[in-house]
Amino acid sequence: MFSKILIANRGEIAARIIRTCQRFNIKTAAVFSEADQDAPYVQQADESYLIGKPRVNESYLNVEKIIKAAKESGAEAIHPGYGLLSENAAFAERVKQEGLTFIGPSAEVIAEMGDKIAARNVMKAAGVPVVPGTMEAVENVTEAKNIAEEIGYPVMVKAAAGGGGIGMQSVSSNEELAKAFESNQKRAKTFFGDGKMFIEKQIINPRHIEIQVLADHHGHALHLFERECSIQRRHQKVIEEAPSPFLSEETRKKMGDSALQAVQTLGYTNAGTIEFLVDENENFYFLEMNTRLQVEHPVTEEITGIDLVEQQLRVAAGEALSFSQNDLVINGHAIEARIYAEDSNTFYPSPGQLTKLSLPEDPGLRHELAVHSNSFVSPFYDPMIAKLIVHGESREAAVQKLTAALHQYEIEGIKSNITMLKRIVTNEHYLQGHTTTSFIQDYYLPAISKS
Amino acid sequence: MTEIKASMAGSVWKIVAQQGDSVAAGEDIAILESMKMEIPIPAEDGGTVKELKVAEGDFVNEGDVIAIIE
Repeated sequence: MFSKILIANRGEIAARIIRTCQRFNIKTAAVFSEADQDAPYVQQADESYLIGKPRVNESYLNVEKIIKAAKESGAEAIHPGYGLLSENAAFAERVKQEGLTFIGPSAEVIAEMGDKIAARNVMKAAGVPVVPGTMEAVENVTEAKNIAEEIGYPVMVKAAAGGGGIGMQSVSSNEELAKAFESNQKRAKTFFGDGKMFIEKQIINPRHIEIQVLADHHGHALHLFERECSIQRRHQKVIEEAPSPFLSEETRKKMGDSALQAVQTLGYTNAGTIEFLVDENENFYFLEMNTRLQVEHPVTEEITGIDLVEQQLRVAAGEALSFSQNDLVINGHAIEARIYAEDSNTFYPSPGQLTKLSLPEDPGLRHELAVHSNSFVSPFYDPMIAKLIVHGESREAAVQKLTAALHQYEIEGIKSNITMLKRIVTNEHYLQGHTTTSFIQDYYLPAISKS
Repeated sequence: MTEIKASMAGSVWKIVAQQGDSVAAGEDIAILESMKMEIPIPAEDGGTVKELKVAEGDFVNEGDVIAIIE
């Protein structure tokens, strides 16, 4: 096992990684920007390195500064967390070249899964179902129209390098397609420096359900069941749970088997997630693979009892997985609510000075925090300031616990989405498990505009 | 005279209109950036930009005046 690692990330995930390291006496080195000097994780780490100005390209995306800090600290490995450099193949390769261990899969796999068209082709070849659509980049609008007419509207226009909902749009006619193709291609070039586009059939009323996988360097791979992550605003997840209230045992097993087939074909190592769209008839289709730890990993930890960060460290250090698929069972139900610094109605960000943060404290509650009670929430980073995770014996018990906890959760000084979360978890459709990706649009927004 | 106010807290990413420019209703005056989101701030009514109250890189709070249109 490692004796010291550097965490190339910030906020709650840096704090989360430090917590596991402390359990195993692994020393931690944190990096921070000028905007994060006062962040809790900077204090919690054994040592911290200031790496630059607030903007991410001058700090958390600055590979040279992060490598320099790693060298100076004497760390043997780098944990990239999620977001930032976590799915940057060049960074993973550089870490290796510097004689350090990247806590994640190989640079080759990261690159392969980072290109959505390549990923689709690999998955299809591995026997994993993919959404009907183009297997190669579409060059122009005319070609796009021909394909769309062939597979049938509505279709999704997507940027190959896209993510977070950027460069992606649903269209239902030739006219809409023409507009959407060009505007999203332009956006994709601006945001990702890559204007490659592809077209997929749109799945109606889908759920977003993903499978957590774990594989070591000794040929062992297993899956840790699914996470249901359908409730999203601006294509970003808000509430996640495990297990999914929708899947039958048969489909759960099929999806797990498909995910393992993908892992074996890729020669994947470390923790990863295969995201699927699931339609109303439980048909599932590969969406993308995230070659890193996910924001919502705690719900999996809560129902399996496995510490995913611990497993990532062990795998990266060359250890073999010490348990097998048959050892894993689903225990109860877990839900995660992401606490965002944003307006509950418009979803506009709300950075600023926190004046109060008072957290509910009950058994079965877990907090992941990026802030303390008088933090300044910076406008430079993601609006997620905390996560609240609950575990209960059943979905009903977990929802009750979450509802009670949200009513005690107090944030003052900035706006937060607590009001939104409370409304979602008490909505009758949520209680019945009607969690499709259009939940916010279908049930939440109409409810708030009525009141 | 109308005051154009910030619809969210964040930093001024770009100033699109200059002092003295005439702008139409709905035309962008500035673009704010916050938490990885860019929000354009349009003029509600057409007119002339009398004064810009902010510069690129400034931090503004929700409700702060960005510009005055006459």
